[in-house]
Amino acid sequence: MINCYLGIDVGSVSTNVVLMNDDKEIIGKVYTSTQGKPIDAIKRGLKEIKAQVRDEIKVKGVGTTGSGRHLASMIVGGDVVKNEITAHGIAALNFVKGVKTIFEIGGQDSKIILLRDGIISDFAMNTVCAAGTGSFLDRQASRIGIEIQEFGELALKSKNTVRIAGRCAVFAESDMIHKQQLGHNQEDIIKGLCDALVRNFLNNLGKGKEILGPIVFQGGVAANAGIKKSFEEALKQEIYVPPHHNVMGAIGCCLLAQEKAEKKNTTQFKGFDIVNSGYQVKGFECEDCSNLCEVVEIMRDGQLMARWGDKCCKWSDKVKDDIEKLA
Amino acid sequence: MKVTFPHMGNQYVATKVLLDELEVENIVPPECSKDTLDIGTQHSPESICLPLKVNIGNYIESIKQGADTIILTGSCGPCRFGYYSILQKEIMKAMGHNINFILLDPPQGDYKSFFARIFKLTNTKNPYKIIKALAKATRVLYLVDEMEEVSCYKRPRQKKIGEVDIYYDGFHKKVRKIHGYREVSKLIKETINNIKSIPEDPNREVIKIGVIGEIYTIIEPFVNLNIHKKLGNMGVEVSTSLKISRWLTEHLYLQPLKLTGEKKIRNMAKPYLKTMIGGHGRETIGHAIDYAKRGFDGVIQIYPFTCMPEIVAQSILPTIEKDFDIPYLCLIVDELTGEAGYTTRLEAFVDLLIRRREMGISDKLLSRN
Repeated sequence: MINCYLGIDVGSVSTNVVLMNDDKEIIGKVYTSTQGKPIDAIKRGLKEIKAQVRDEIKVKGVGTTGSGRHLASMIVGGDVVKNEITAHGIAALNFVKGVKTIFEIGGQDSKIILLRDGIISDFAMNTVCAAGTGSFLDRQASRIGIEIQEFGELALKSKNTVRIAGRCAVFAESDMIHKQQLGHNQEDIIKGLCDALVRNFLNNLGKGKEILGPIVFQGGVAANAGIKKSFEEALKQEIYVPPHHNVMGAIGCCLLAQEKAEKKNTTQFKGFDIVNSGYQVKGFECEDCSNLCEVVEIMRDGQLMARWGDKCCKWSDKVKDDIEKLA
Repeated sequence: MKVTFPHMGNQYVATKVLLDELEVENIVPPECSKDTLDIGTQHSPESICLPLKVNIGNYIESIKQGADTIILTGSCGPCRFGYYSILQKEIMKAMGHNINFILLDPPQGDYKSFFARIFKLTNTKNPYKIIKALAKATRVLYLVDEMEEVSCYKRPRQKKIGEVDIYYDGFHKKVRKIHGYREVSKLIKETINNIKSIPEDPNREVIKIGVIGEIYTIIEPFVNLNIHKKLGNMGVEVSTSLKISRWLTEHLYLQPLKLTGEKKIRNMAKPYLKTMIGGHGRETIGHAIDYAKRGFDGVIQIYPFTCMPEIVAQSILPTIEKDFDIPYLCLIVDELTGEAGYTTRLEAFVDLLIRRREMGISDKLLSRN
C-alpha cells in the first residue's frame, strides 16, 4: 500500500491529473484536453491515472487548481483548493533549487512569478491582452497549416528571423500575413512569431520587474523549443524547462495536499469509483433581480451537489444548508 | 420636478437625504446591474472610461421610473470626469430624452452661480433651509462611510462568514423605502451597532490591504466586482484611500478657503510625482506610501481601462513597491462581468501576503535567538 496525493489542474485547454507519493516522486500523470467539458475530462483523467498505477494506493489528500478548481473539488472531494499562481510557485520551488523567476504560459493566460527566499514575492498575469498565450499560437499554427508540436522545431531551423509586430494579437496576425505574402519562408516567420511573443511577454508582464536566474519556464507552451530559445536570446541566460513542465500546477496541488494532510489526517476524497457516477449539469436563469444570474446546478446520480453562478449567493448557500441538514 | 443622480458607492444615501430634506421629489436609480451596463455601453462612445457608461445606464433606468432632472457633480480635476456633464447632455439629447441637467460643481470661489444653481434645484431661496439640509446630508455621508469602515473591519473577523453582509445588504434594501434625515440616520446607526455586535473569532490572522486608485472604481461595488466583500471574506481588512465624505470636505469646504487636508499625502508623493497630473494620480502614489508607512501588508490599485492619471501612477508604483517593500497588485476594470480571473489574482495576492507575513514572523524569532 503506497500513500499518495492527488493533484488536479482543470485549465481552459487541458486537464491534468498527477499522483505523487510520500517522497514527492511522481508516480502517475495524465494530460488530457478539456474541450469545454471539464467534468468528462476529470472523470477521464481519474480513470486513466488509476490504470497507470499498478500498485495498491491510498489517497491521503486531494488538491485542485485551475479555472475549474471549484468544480473539480466538488466532484472529487478536494482537501485544498488553490489558485494557479500559488500552485505553480510551490511546484517550481520543489523541483528547481533556488528558483527566482517562473514564466508560465498556458492556454488562455500567461504569468510571471518572482520568488525570493523561497516564497512568492511578486507576480503578474496578463491583463487585457491574450497575445502570446497557447491558444494564440495554436491558431497561428493552424493558419500556417502545421501541427503545434512541430512549431518549436521549425523555429529552431530559422537562419534569418522576420520581425513580426507583437504588441497585439490582431497586429501580429495581419503583420504575419503580409510577411507571408512577401514570400518569406515558413521557419523565419515562425521564429519571428516566437520572438514577438517573448517580447510581448517581457514587456507586458516583466516590465519593471527584476528577472533573476535561475529561471523556470513551465506550462503547456514550455514544450515549444522555439519560445524557449527566444527567451534565452532575449535574456541572455539559460532557461530551465522541468521534466513535468505541463503538469506543474497539478504537482503544486499534490504538495499542498501533502502539507494539509500532515496537519489534518483525514481526506474528503470520494474514491475512484466516482468515475462511474453520472453527473448532470443543469442551469437556469434566476429572475429575482435584474442581474439575471445564470445559475448552474451540478447533480450526481440525480442528487443535487452544488450550485453556483449567482451573485447574491442565495442559491449556492441554500445547497450548503441542505447538505448540512442531511449530514 | 423629479430629480435623479448617478450612483457612486454609498453616496446615494446622502444625496437622497439632501433632496428629501429640501422637499425635492427624487428617484434613486436602481442598483447597478448588468442591465445598467448594457444600456450604458450601447449609448456611450466606445473608448470612454467605464464610469460614464454606468452613469448613462443609471439615468436611463431612472427616467424609466419617471425622472426628468439629473443632478451631477463636476470635479475641478482636469480628467475626463470634468467633461462628463457636457458629454452626457449630448448623449441624452441624441437619445431623444428631454432632460434638465443641474450641475453642482464645487464653487471654486464663485459662490454666486453656485447658489443660483442650488436655488434652481431647491425652489427656495431660504439659505437657512439649504444650509441645514446640506449639513444633514454631510452628516449622513460621514455616517455611511463609518458604516463602510465598520463592515470592512468586521468582515475578516466575523465568526460566521457572511454575517456582516446580512446587515449590510439589508441596509441597502431598507434605505430605499424610508425618507429624511431622521429615519435614515437612525437606520445607519442601527446597522452600525448590529455589525459591531457580531461575534468575532479571536484567533483569526488578519491581513491588511489598502485599496488605491481612481475614486469611482474603488468605491462602486458593482464596478470593482465587490472587492471589499471578496477580500473581507478571505480574511482581509480593507481600507479605501479615497472616500466621498473626505472628497466633499476637501472640495466644498476646505479648498475655497485655500486649505487642504491632502497636504500630507501630496508631500509624500512629491519625490515621485511633483505636480498634479489630473484625476487622483498624485493621491494614488501618496496613499500607497502612506499605507506602506502605516504597516499595511499590501496595496491594490484599481482603475478603469484607459484612465490616464492612473496609468502614470501605475508606472511609478513598482518603484514604490521596491522602495517601501510593500507588495502591489494592479487591477484594471472594464465591462467585464466574468469574475474567475479576477478572483484568482486576488486569492494569489492574499496568499502571497500571508506567506510573507509568516516568513517575517519566523525571521524575527530567528534573529532574537
